[in-house]
Amino acid sequence: MPVIRYSKAINDALREEMRRDERVILAGEDIGAPGGSFGVTRGLQQEFGEWRVIDTPISESAIIGMAVGAAATGLRPVVEIMFMDFLGVCFDQILNQAAKMGYMTAGAMRLPLVIRMQGGAGFSAGPQHSQSLEAMLMHIPGIKVVMPSNPYDAKGLLKSAIRDDNPVVFVEHKMLYGMKGEVPDEEYLVPIGKAAVLREGTDCTIVALGQMVHEAAKAAQRLEEDEGIRCEVIDLRSITPLDTETILASVRKTGRLVVVHEAVRTGGIGGEIAALVQEEAFWYLDAPIMRVAAPFTPVPFSKPLERAYLPNADAICRAVRQIMPGAAGSRP
Amino acid sequence: MDLDRAQLMRLYRTMRLIRRFEETVSGLFAEGHIPGFLHLYIGQEAVAAGICTQLDREDTITSTHRGHGHCIAKGADVRRMMAELFGKSTGCCRGKGGSMHVADVSLGILGANGIVGAGIPIAVGAALTAKIRGTGKIAVAFFGEGAAGTGYFHEGLNLAAVLKLPVVFVCESNQYAEFTPRSRHLPVETVASRASAYGFPGMTADGNDVLAVYYAFREAAARARGGEGPVLLECFTRRWSGHYEGDPQRYRPAGEVEEWRKDDPVASFAVRLRERHGIAAEEIEAVDSDVEREIAEAVRFAKESPLPDPSELLEHVYV
Repeated sequence: MPVIRYSKAINDALREEMRRDERVILAGEDIGAPGGSFGVTRGLQQEFGEWRVIDTPISESAIIGMAVGAAATGLRPVVEIMFMDFLGVCFDQILNQAAKMGYMTAGAMRLPLVIRMQGGAGFSAGPQHSQSLEAMLMHIPGIKVVMPSNPYDAKGLLKSAIRDDNPVVFVEHKMLYGMKGEVPDEEYLVPIGKAAVLREGTDCTIVALGQMVHEAAKAAQRLEEDEGIRCEVIDLRSITPLDTETILASVRKTGRLVVVHEAVRTGGIGGEIAALVQEEAFWYLDAPIMRVAAPFTPVPFSKPLERAYLPNADAICRAVRQIMPGAAGSRP
Repeated sequence: MDLDRAQLMRLYRTMRLIRRFEETVSGLFAEGHIPGFLHLYIGQEAVAAGICTQLDREDTITSTHRGHGHCIAKGADVRRMMAELFGKSTGCCRGKGGSMHVADVSLGILGANGIVGAGIPIAVGAALTAKIRGTGKIAVAFFGEGAAGTGYFHEGLNLAAVLKLPVVFVCESNQYAEFTPRSRHLPVETVASRASAYGFPGMTADGNDVLAVYYAFREAAARARGGEGPVLLECFTRRWSGHYEGDPQRYRPAGEVEEWRKDDPVASFAVRLRERHGIAAEEIEAVDSDVEREIAEAVRFAKESPLPDPSELLEHVYV
């Protein structure tokens, strides 16, 4: 099976969907002639022309608004926000327009648009270029939100997002663009709203998303090899809709849950998942639900600070150990 | 003057329908039939009528929180609009949106909007579709002079100019931005002058004169349809109502609205039709009666329609 980069998987998804459906158009800053600030849209304007791959001025609000208007009138735009941090600049069009038009018109208006963005820390990009803000998006009824952690899911989820008739926010990760993975040549889709169980286990469930999926996988490997603790690792993939069934089924089996995200802990989606699980599966829990997440600070610039900021496999292992039987303070 | 009788009467009927709709809902609101906020278009009828009657179904408009006039002029079903204001399930949005969100996508009405300026880039998007598909259709973004201070205004006009899109930006300068008079929030004489900053033409028109609006828009639309890019058309009109129904309007100079009523765009057009276009008074009265009938039917429909069942709450979040 071919092995390609995460960024190429996205590029392929865009190209294939644009060949498949002439209504799919792209717009964003530097996406056309320059091929995107991270090279993700390279080659697309050459193939599809400047009226299907549109370079825009720096106008996030207008870009998303234009996507809303184009989607409402029959196109299927895929627009880009260069950094997730710039959500602040265009939030009204997502929050009050794209997310609500369908409901406010009782379904008469359809907005089959996709907003691509990338977030995440690890690049020393600094506080305004490193955030993970999916919790803000999870809070908005009317949009779907996905966050692929690997090339296979990136391609499959983006295709699903483009074919979905609802507005979908597609969150990429800047540190994953170079990640290589197996991606079939044949057409496939990854369904929105379905998590992936990456590793089966019986002792503890670890739910993770984005870059943290790989830290969770490392932690699970280490815990099994060193301590015989068998963790079940779930890659959320979708934030909205959330695959509650997969999470609950796992917790009913293991009785323990650790949620990992690199977004700030306070108000992060880990809290939502923890609340949900304790409502629906309280009597299956043998320990408190733990969250491994970033501290309540902006993302710092300097390398040692950023390293201390980001959750990692060590932190995940500590959290799991803290709730396993025999841990100090735990119930037997 | 090249408008025929039918076109002239259509302009008059449209304005009269808007005026009577707004006056009627004002009364119904005071009686408690209409919940929430109501922002009335009284005094501005010539702008919506002069413009929207020149648009066909596939041309699109985006509107504002003060959007009843645009929607009516674009052909929206007055019964369904009335029912929407009442929050009934027979409303054009099944009671999900209310006054600020009346819409009818099948008529190219991409919605009234509660966020000032937000309709501007949405219209730009509709114009993008028209250009890419080569349909020859245009988009019209309605907004007030208050929106000319928003980021949406600047970003939207700039983007439309760069992409040379078939969109007409219509600034309805009704003298107030919410509670603030024009002179306090606009550092320049006209919003139209701002078009030059984006490299396209800015026009002005007397928004109190439906024919002046008509001809100005015809020129602007021809330019946009012809592929020459956007136009900004500023129509000077007057907001007779408060910002919202119930607004005590302490910011208004005494006697201002009384003065304005003497120069009524609807009544003065009726006079013009009789005095200069050979339309008999009886014909005007017949139109007025017909409008009353249509409005009364809309009110009856709204009053007799059911409210939505709570089970509808969760519908339409996703398709």
